[in-house]
Amino acid sequence: MTAPVVTAQALVRRYGDAVAVDGISFEVGRGEIFGLLGPNGAGKTTTILMMLGLTEVTGGSVRVLGHDPMREPLAVKRRVGYLPDQVGFYDNLSAAENLAYSGRLMGLDPAERARRTEEALARVRLGDVARKRVSTFSRGMRQRLGLAEILMKRAEIAILDEPTSGLDPQSTHEFLDMIRALKGEGVTIILSSHLLDQVQRVCDRVALFNAGRIALIGSVPELSRQVLGGGFAVDVEADVEGADMEKRLRAIPGVTQVERLAGDRYRILADHDVRPDAARAVVSANGALRQLAVDEPSLEAIYNRYFSAQARREEETRHAA
Amino acid sequence: MRREGSPFQGLGAVFIKEMADHLGSARMRVLEWLIVFTAIAALYAAIQQLRATTAEDPFLLLSLFTTSRSPLPSFVAILGFLIPLMAIGLGFDAVNGEHNRRTMSRILSQPIYRDALLFGKFLAGLATLAVSLTALWLLVLGLGLLFLGIPPGGEEIARSLCFLVVAVAYAGVWLALAMLLSVIFRSPATAALVALGLWLFLTVLWPMLAPAAAQAIAPPDPRFTALGLPSPDTLEWQLALQRLSPSHLFAETVLALLSPTTRALGPIFLDQLEGAVMGTPLPLGQSLLIAWPQAVGLIAGAIILFAASYVAFQRQEVRT
Repeated sequence: MTAPVVTAQALVRRYGDAVAVDGISFEVGRGEIFGLLGPNGAGKTTTILMMLGLTEVTGGSVRVLGHDPMREPLAVKRRVGYLPDQVGFYDNLSAAENLAYSGRLMGLDPAERARRTEEALARVRLGDVARKRVSTFSRGMRQRLGLAEILMKRAEIAILDEPTSGLDPQSTHEFLDMIRALKGEGVTIILSSHLLDQVQRVCDRVALFNAGRIALIGSVPELSRQVLGGGFAVDVEADVEGADMEKRLRAIPGVTQVERLAGDRYRILADHDVRPDAARAVVSANGALRQLAVDEPSLEAIYNRYFSAQARREEETRHAA
Repeated sequence: MRREGSPFQGLGAVFIKEMADHLGSARMRVLEWLIVFTAIAALYAAIQQLRATTAEDPFLLLSLFTTSRSPLPSFVAILGFLIPLMAIGLGFDAVNGEHNRRTMSRILSQPIYRDALLFGKFLAGLATLAVSLTALWLLVLGLGLLFLGIPPGGEEIARSLCFLVVAVAYAGVWLALAMLLSVIFRSPATAALVALGLWLFLTVLWPMLAPAAAQAIAPPDPRFTALGLPSPDTLEWQLALQRLSPSHLFAETVLALLSPTTRALGPIFLDQLEGAVMGTPLPLGQSLLIAWPQAVGLIAGAIILFAASYVAFQRQEVRT
């Protein structure tokens, strides 16, 4: 990781008695896409607001581009762009007018403002509708307009809060492409989401939030090693007459566990990709192989495994008590 | 600990945008026409009245503001009633509107402080009201010239200009109140309803309740009642209570400014009038002295209400 642009240390935010963020620490390197992941209410948005100096920090510290957002909010906000969850615009103004207002707040002079507005709108493919009122815009277009605002600011860090929630698959795809393009220009991107496959598609590293704490942090393969215990999960669906399929599969070298999921479906855990051996095992038993798939370590699997394991732990502590 | 940068960075941008919004909004147009039509009706009645009673008044222009002919109230009475409506109309969704449009966090993520947003909105509202009131003032002047045919004197212009300033301060009180409510209540409808409720209470109910409350606090002295006079204590309490309402302060200030013969705004003893030539107008400076406390009260009210909304807004969470 290159020099960190965002550093949080034991960051805490309390609302009265409720703890929204409970002592989290993380670093975001320059030019990476960092995902904040977790269920609603886990403290992702609060963390974002603290990075922007928009809400007070109860304890710990956060530094963004070398500045303290509480003491030097303007210095931070000049260089960091923010796309809030379900971003809103002034419906009675056109797309260009909305951006012009933001540009004025950024302190850009008129010529620069006009130039950047046009450029940003063209890049998010809203150039044709620049003069149209935002009230006619779809959700995806508004989201892109929000991204245009960040482009216009020439932000070094772009913080996107749930940027793709509520978008149709086509818009989501477009939006993720734009995020990747932004990364290509060296912009650091911090992205919060609960849509796991999308986070997995774009993020270099993720932090898994749970009840105000960061439960896990790292790249997806790292997390999968931590949570899923590494190795490969192979699903086999085969019709085998009379043979003990489970025993045959277990006999394959490298297999650590075989689990019968349903009727003729099995899940094999192994220390390497055992698909060829599994296929051979089925065929040699005169079985009909219907499906053979290796489970890529998906964030969803990691997430589900982590939270179900946690629910089990809680259950156990309750019983113990 | 000092904050970095100026709290007024971005103030100009907010001011221009908000003012453009106000001037272009349908809401503003409706309020403008409402005021213009009622004002013209009142002025027309006043002109008829003034023509009927041949004008020996040295302050003909000023009587245009204050003369009434039933059933219509005078121009200033109508303004005293309708300025709050206009100010509330401009301010009730100033802050919660941004939350509801979900623009608040996006705007505050720009390099500005919250101060600039709130102050810019207040100044834009006040400037809009000032522009409308100045237009109305010019309308009165123009109609006066057209129908009465007498050019206004220098002192009349000066007095009516002072009136204009006081009217803007009065509008500022209600604008600040509406903005405070827009910070406190998340729903614009609630804020508008509470603001309108306060407006009705303070302009309609309070003038009736204040005397009753004064009598409860300081019961009338039977010696004065026997003479058919109001007791000084009761009267003082009544005035003090009535002056809690900005409408009453406005009415008193206007009275002192636009009726130059006004010598006092409270009860005075006969011996205080010794040597006074009754019915003669006071010079402008003296009228200003009489109106001064009330005018300061209005301005202070606006500042206090704005400060309250400022504190509430600074402490508010960005998130809805």
